[in-house]
Amino acid sequence: MAAELSCVCRTRLTSGFELDASLVLPLDGAPITVLFGPSGAGKTTLLRMLAGLDRPTEGAIAFRGDPWFDAARGICLRPQQRRAGFVAQDYALFPHLTVAANIAYAARPGRGREFLEAFGLSALAARHPRAISSGQRQRVALARALAAEPALLLLDEPLSALDAAARIRTREQLRQLLLSSGVPSIIVTHDRMEAVALGDWIAVMADGRIRQCGPVEDVFQRPADAQVAESVGVENVLPAHIVDRSAGLLTLATGGAHLQSVDSGETGPVVACIRAEDVALTRELSPASSIRNRLAGRVRSLTFEGPLARVALDCGFPLMAVITAQSAREMDLQPDDHVCAIVKTTAVHVAARPEGRK
Amino acid sequence: MDWQAIWLSLRLSVSTTAILLAVGTPLAAWLAFSRRRWKFLVEAVVALPLVLPPTVLGFYILLAIGPRSPLGALYGKLTGGMLPFSFQGLLLASCLYSLPFTVQPVAASFAAVDRGLVETSWCLGVSRFATFRRVVAPLSLRGIATGAILSFAHTMGEFGVVLMVGGNIAGVTRTVSISIYDQVQALDYAAATETSLFLLALSFTVLALTYGFQRRAWSVWPLS
Repeated sequence: MAAELSCVCRTRLTSGFELDASLVLPLDGAPITVLFGPSGAGKTTLLRMLAGLDRPTEGAIAFRGDPWFDAARGICLRPQQRRAGFVAQDYALFPHLTVAANIAYAARPGRGREFLEAFGLSALAARHPRAISSGQRQRVALARALAAEPALLLLDEPLSALDAAARIRTREQLRQLLLSSGVPSIIVTHDRMEAVALGDWIAVMADGRIRQCGPVEDVFQRPADAQVAESVGVENVLPAHIVDRSAGLLTLATGGAHLQSVDSGETGPVVACIRAEDVALTRELSPASSIRNRLAGRVRSLTFEGPLARVALDCGFPLMAVITAQSAREMDLQPDDHVCAIVKTTAVHVAARPEGRK
Repeated sequence: MDWQAIWLSLRLSVSTTAILLAVGTPLAAWLAFSRRRWKFLVEAVVALPLVLPPTVLGFYILLAIGPRSPLGALYGKLTGGMLPFSFQGLLLASCLYSLPFTVQPVAASFAAVDRGLVETSWCLGVSRFATFRRVVAPLSLRGIATGAILSFAHTMGEFGVVLMVGGNIAGVTRTVSISIYDQVQALDYAAATETSLFLLALSFTVLALTYGFQRRAWSVWPLS
């Protein structure tokens, strides 16, 4: 049977929100998938449908070939039958049970103690959930879910209850714990840094739909459309149209300027995605260079962020560049200065532009 | 003091509370968790004794358990006895009369248990019934205790229904409140004072203990 999770689900909530998500995730090697998107994209709704807590109106969910849900055949497995451990945003620890009893709650005899020790929680065994820190609660919730030997682990914003410092510290720990558990997991987050730090795979969600799903690096480097590009944090998403296609290269027109990129086979209206750190700045146009894209522009604003400087340019269209603060000082950049922005052809990624968007 | 009546009232109250806990808890769970549309009808029926005059309730119960009614006839066939003017009849009436006092606090406390805890338990593979037993019930102990104590106290003091269904048979259906009524009718104010004071003291003690107990024992929930 296919070692994958497939989900094609449609549902309409009473609020009028419509979810129409189709997704295929690999399960071999117990990868961590991040379900990523802005608040209100439908991430938690989808997670609850996978867990069996909400029933989609239409569609099907299959896990390693077993049907979990099939509207056409009238199949809808209960959460108990799916064994998809669900770690809620607030961790949902049982307040009347000690840490040890929480972890042992659904574990086979003896397993609770093993997990208590493996998660370094032995010292807290007799405490109640209200008497431990948020970070510790998160570990207890994770230990409890894994001690029940789930087939799949679903985590809803697992780091959102932590303060900023703890979040970064816990991120790597969480990834290590999930990887060593050998259980494939799906993590919901709206935080881009979390998505990169935690995930092997990423499914980008917006407006109730899965926009793109793939390995994290692929999606971040080659977003499928303008919306994905924006949500994964590509600073420059420029509407463009193709004016020429030759020798494996595309020429794009955007805001009166021309950009060159590698031909990825896109047609129709497109966006040119350029990461701000891929934009370099020079004072004058140097003709002898291998770099094809040279754009004359004016500095609109300059913001220093520690070792980096964020330079907003006007090249006939807005363009964001991130350079080192040192270079910015050496070039003596000031607002209204005329500069030349240079971008390598390979740093321009062309993605589809959905109809109806700018 | 009419110790016989006090003993009878205590027996009646303890039995009523025990039966209501056994019957009322599943009913409360159903009311708290069911998604049926006609649930409100059941809620209204359960709450009826709160607003209905005890005489009206007593009258209908009397009709329902009379020897010519199906229920009364069945009881007669099974036991050879009659329900009206017997302890068993009184017990049945008390259960109906105090039903909302058990069901409402218990259902409210079930409904107040965080749904996230219940769902988490289901996802951990624990059945609905086991989840109820291991998560919902322990977190609702306050509501269950409140329901039991209110039912007990309410039965101790009931008057109208007892008079309609049980009558006034010493040692069988003459409860404390009926006994006080009798004493006042007989102008025996000294006895009435004694018995009333006893009932007042008992009620106060039970309620004071309940409130004190709730503060201490489960102070962790729901405000932690």
